[in-house]
Amino acid sequence: MKKIIIYFISIILSSCVVKAQENIYPAPKQTAPFIITNATVHIGNGQVLPNASVEVKDGKIIQVGTGITAAAAEKAIDASGKQVYPGLILSVTNLGLVEVPSVRASNDLTEIGEIDPSIRSIVAYNTDSKVTNTLRPNGILLANIVPQGGLISGSSSVVQLDAWNWEDAAYKMDNAMNFYMPSLLPRPARLAAFFGTPQTDPIKEGLEKIDEIKSFFREAKAYLASPAHEETNIKFNAVKGLFDNSQKLFVHANTVKQMLLAIDFVKEFHFSVVIVGGADSWQIADLLKQNGIAVILTQPHTLPILEDDDIEQPYKTPAMLQKAGVLFAITDVDGETRGRNLAFNAGTAAAYGLTKEQALQSITINAAKILGVADKTGTLEVGKDANLFISTGDALDMRTNIITAAFIQGRQISLDNKQKQLFEKYKYKYGLK
Amino acid sequence: MTRAKRLLLACGFLFLVKMVQAQATFPVNGIADERHHYYAFTNATIVKDAATTLQRATLIIKDGKIVAAGSNINVPKGAVEVPCDGKYIYPSFIDIYSDYGTPAPPKPQGARDFFAQQQINSNTKGAYGWNEAIKSQADAYKVFASDAAKAKGLRDIGFGTVLTHVKDGIARGTGTLVTLAEGSENKAMLKERASAHFSFDKGSSRQSYPNSMMGVIALLRQTYLDAQWYKNKPAGEGTNLSLEAWNNNQNLPQIFEANDKWNDLRADRIGDEAGVQYIIKGGGNEYQRIKEIAATKASFILPLNYPHAQDVEDPNDARFVALDDLKHWEMAPTNPGALEKAGIPFCFTAADMKDNKEFIANIRLAFDYGLTEATALNALTKTPATLLGVYDKVGSLDAGKLANFLITSGPIFDEKTTILQNWVQGNKYGVKDDIWKESRGTYKLVINTASGPVNYTLDFKSPSAASVIGKDTVTSKFYYDGRNVRINMAPERGLETNWRLSGTISGDIWSGYGEDTAGNPVTWTATYAQPAMQKTDSIRHKLAGPVGKVMYPFVAYGWEEAPRQENLLIKNATVWTNEKEGILQNGDVLVKNGKIAAVGKNLSDASARTIDGSGLYLTPGIVDEHSHIAASSINEGGQSVTSEVRIGDNLNPDDIEIYRQLSGGVTTSHILHGSANTIGGQTQLIKLRWGADDEELKFKGADPFIKFALGENVKRSPSAIGNNSNNNRFPDTRMGVEEVLVDAFTRAKDYEKNWKEYEANKNKKGSAAPRRDLELDALVEILNNKRFITCHSYVQSEITAAMRVADKLGYHYNTFTHILEGYKVADKMKAHGANASTFSDWWNYKVEVIDAIPYNAWLMQQEGLNVAINSDDAEMARRLNQEAAKSVKYGGMSEEDAFKMVTINPAKMLHIENRVGSIKVGKDADLVLWNNNPLSIYAVVQKTIVDGTVYYDREKDAVMRKHIAMERNRIIKKMISEKKAGAKVQPAQPSYQLMQSCEEHDHSDRILEIDDTENANQ
Repeated sequence: MKKIIIYFISIILSSCVVKAQENIYPAPKQTAPFIITNATVHIGNGQVLPNASVEVKDGKIIQVGTGITAAAAEKAIDASGKQVYPGLILSVTNLGLVEVPSVRASNDLTEIGEIDPSIRSIVAYNTDSKVTNTLRPNGILLANIVPQGGLISGSSSVVQLDAWNWEDAAYKMDNAMNFYMPSLLPRPARLAAFFGTPQTDPIKEGLEKIDEIKSFFREAKAYLASPAHEETNIKFNAVKGLFDNSQKLFVHANTVKQMLLAIDFVKEFHFSVVIVGGADSWQIADLLKQNGIAVILTQPHTLPILEDDDIEQPYKTPAMLQKAGVLFAITDVDGETRGRNLAFNAGTAAAYGLTKEQALQSITINAAKILGVADKTGTLEVGKDANLFISTGDALDMRTNIITAAFIQGRQISLDNKQKQLFEKYKYKYGLK
Repeated sequence: MTRAKRLLLACGFLFLVKMVQAQATFPVNGIADERHHYYAFTNATIVKDAATTLQRATLIIKDGKIVAAGSNINVPKGAVEVPCDGKYIYPSFIDIYSDYGTPAPPKPQGARDFFAQQQINSNTKGAYGWNEAIKSQADAYKVFASDAAKAKGLRDIGFGTVLTHVKDGIARGTGTLVTLAEGSENKAMLKERASAHFSFDKGSSRQSYPNSMMGVIALLRQTYLDAQWYKNKPAGEGTNLSLEAWNNNQNLPQIFEANDKWNDLRADRIGDEAGVQYIIKGGGNEYQRIKEIAATKASFILPLNYPHAQDVEDPNDARFVALDDLKHWEMAPTNPGALEKAGIPFCFTAADMKDNKEFIANIRLAFDYGLTEATALNALTKTPATLLGVYDKVGSLDAGKLANFLITSGPIFDEKTTILQNWVQGNKYGVKDDIWKESRGTYKLVINTASGPVNYTLDFKSPSAASVIGKDTVTSKFYYDGRNVRINMAPERGLETNWRLSGTISGDIWSGYGEDTAGNPVTWTATYAQPAMQKTDSIRHKLAGPVGKVMYPFVAYGWEEAPRQENLLIKNATVWTNEKEGILQNGDVLVKNGKIAAVGKNLSDASARTIDGSGLYLTPGIVDEHSHIAASSINEGGQSVTSEVRIGDNLNPDDIEIYRQLSGGVTTSHILHGSANTIGGQTQLIKLRWGADDEELKFKGADPFIKFALGENVKRSPSAIGNNSNNNRFPDTRMGVEEVLVDAFTRAKDYEKNWKEYEANKNKKGSAAPRRDLELDALVEILNNKRFITCHSYVQSEITAAMRVADKLGYHYNTFTHILEGYKVADKMKAHGANASTFSDWWNYKVEVIDAIPYNAWLMQQEGLNVAINSDDAEMARRLNQEAAKSVKYGGMSEEDAFKMVTINPAKMLHIENRVGSIKVGKDADLVLWNNNPLSIYAVVQKTIVDGTVYYDREKDAVMRKHIAMERNRIIKKMISEKKAGAKVQPAQPSYQLMQSCEEHDHSDRILEIDDTENANQ
């Protein structure tokens, strides 16, 4: 009986959690071309064009610049006084894998096991997450869905945020393999005693785990190099893309010790490595640059690591990486706001040393490069997908960020969401306008 | 152990340790052997006490007591003379913070599970009090049993007497004064009940309450009241042996284990309220706040367990060690000297030493930083004896006191001095008896073999090391204990010759029997030839160079020199007044004596320092209605109603977040209790006066508030197994939450009525005062509008239910905080007269916030509520201006109105709008200077001013960063040289920071952050 009750409770919970707003539909494929005119266009490569136009046809950008003329019948969107930006990219997120973090049944983030390279986030990605519709009105049009758990937790995929289902959403599948580096920091002795857990040497343990991962890759390499096998090893097959650099290795790491070990993966296996987290990346920016390692800063809106640190360190790290020539992106993994403040994290970086256009790049083209989708998106250059939005003011500043229209692959998407609907409902209740 | 067995064991000791005297009531198995241990120690330097040293003096002891100590004393007949030429005699040391000879408290088994069920009631069986951590009925004298190994360890470092108690619980009952004599507890016990003990640690108790610092304090305060009330034997209480013992223990010296500078002050305040002056066991960091420590007027028991140097050679390890830990390593030896200089009485304890050998070495180290030898000796003898009122028994070498003394090879604190013998109650215990006579040196060794004598030279270095010099110099296997000696040696390399010699010692000559390699018997003698060169080794090397300065607070960015209040004239700024003047272009603001003196244009004042505000924006300081910084504990989740606990009892001025939030323009923070229970604790409003102590942080004169909470946290939703509740604490539903409120306020009303009736009739015969209840006192204050509620709440049902309870029972919700569904019931809240303090855009991290919308603030404001945006998060608090700006984006609020949500609006809901929240003549000079529109993401704070003092200055911050880097580098180099010099080092310890929170939401996991739920005691 009890079991049945639990079953019903979980059904009720999951059903109330998973439903999106049923009256918000994905936009149909672009059929007619259109042109946005009289806008300040942020190309995303550093260039800003005043009074410029962007012409879109068949989902692609076909013309950008001033003095562009469009066919007479073509729909024109007048963006006088407004800004046009490339769609923002949330480069690491649990979107669509976690609906309500405190409800276990709504959580598909963390698989069991230490080495799970064949796990794929895309198959669990829920296009109907209610969170998605709150990101789009803030200019976030693409996201990289990253799994967690164990050491190697599987592959992430890039999705566009206006889709009927995950196959529809997939923008680039399995772009990166995710490796969570052991912490390599001693836990406080008092706490270990308190928990009743034996005090172990975390550094030794961590290094042993890393050795395990290296052995795994060595064996995978040998396996993949041989034409025939007695048994099929799914895990080895899953990391094939790492060896031909068609897939990147995302190393989730924050301390210098962890990042130095990540560099070692470049040296031994020639993987294309990206540091995710990178709290202390500013300390070894030169070394990262030398080894061609990119960084995804998970949240500039955070506190410094140590009391002694520059109290503005997390705000200043992007500018320090920029100065050293490291390719970096900014993402927003905040669990309470669910990623929607991405642009403002970049804005903070601009307040502390980046130019506004550099800050914009950290959430557009840089992210696209790191995720392996720069050929399709990240800037407003001709030939790329028309992933873009119009804002009445500077999109990096919450004071002026108001987005009036957004397009994914040329399709004008709905900016409505449940929150706006509740807003309308209660404006109605109180007779407000 | 049965009584008979223990007796047998005791008799065994009598037999073995012949020195122990017989006791009249104990039968003797054999022939009676009465002795008086009558000794005369002659020709010694006798240090009777720190002030009196006698040269070539004699000490006479008999029957375990001192008969006489002085010059010109003849050796009486019947006394054994012990010539002590060149030796020193001192009173042996007293440690009044020991647990010697008491059973170790039981350790909780297994790992803790924070979502496990709570233990609501005490597990102690018997007629005791309700809380398991109040063990006032525990008496150490009842469980004391001498412990030979531990006694030796303490005697070896000079102790003869200890005050011992069972270190378990918040109230720990009584301690007993015993000597470190072995064998007979009957004689060793000097005073059965010598002290009463307290701590902030509930020890082996797993009862849920209290699980926070402020809960411990509240429990102690309430127990003092209960004990007073119990004196009249209230009928309803029956027998309460804990309270009875509590009362009986009051006439004893009261000792409080505080273990940290702020805890020292907290303990002292509990004592002040109860009329008790505690002797405080400190933490060794008192030097960091010596002024406040001196103001306690308490005597202190100081530990000497200075931290060892950390191994910081690897910069990647050093990176995570914070400056305060580095500096404390350097400054810990300055602690005793700092107390001495401040005139604070103290004694020492060895209780916290990991290695007893470091005890005297660490005292010695303190001499380099102002501790005098006389004070050190007093701290080990007279002071502890006086504190316990037993200076008539121990603590000096005056006639009539116990024969507890040390014989040393030189002045006690001299680096080369060794404690040779430690006499306890007239019984000798050898410490380094083997070197009583300087027997180390070279000996002429002659081995008489069948083929004649063989000669060697033996170099006796230590009782376990000697080398033999013949053709070669070789190290032998060697054993020496002052009576017997064994040598096993192969004197020539390459040869198979090996001697195994065993002998006895008689003065300068050793002689005995042995065998050679083939097993042939030999005899041998060794005759003393000449003394050895002495070498000393100290455990921690003297530190090179001067130590750094104390910083206030003792953490990076603390002040070596605190900023002062100034008269300031800020000129030509864009001034956001929050008053009817609105935004002044090119405005001037004059600050005098901590207040705003003038607002206008073209102001001038010769006494003021001018700050050029051209191109800058001046605003009032930000007021955060909901914060959890600067406190040692936030949640007392042990019960559903804990209105007796007070955040203000456990402020932590060392929290770096104070400084970090100043850098975001915050000047006033409302520090709230967490949301673990329906009726939480009393809150504390503070001003961010970085560097101030806990009292000075408080926003004086503000109305008191209390935190309530509704919903998921208080019904302990995370405590689940699968989808089943694992919670056993009422309530488990929102229905129950409502009844907790009904019940609490109904009880409070009855309580108030009972007190009123008592007050009206108290002169009549037979009227007894009701029990004072701190929990209900706070609720009565709410009923009388003397305390105000800020209530954590989310969904519309619970908000409405809470208001209806209030309507019915006659109280009022001042503020609903978080209130993410406030927009759904804004009209009802308006009717109730509540304020609203919310998040800008948090949502969907748990079920009760899935309907949260970022338009909430706008909708509530439009409906006429006074709305604030709060942080509840140490990081977001330093960007509250940006959070306010989000209402411009979501809803289209005007910029001025948006900024008011983090300044004047929260000031109004905290009833401090006459003091802060706007730029108006007469208000506190709490101001922020920004380089951009204060709502912009690009706005960076240049200066933050509190009461006319510039606490954050961006330029000064850059200078401080350089200073921090230099200090780090200096101390790291020092630590590395310690390691090179061979001193003990420990692996580098990352400086983890405890992050207090509401129990509210996921934190972004920073590397060195420990969430308080991880650390909570439940």
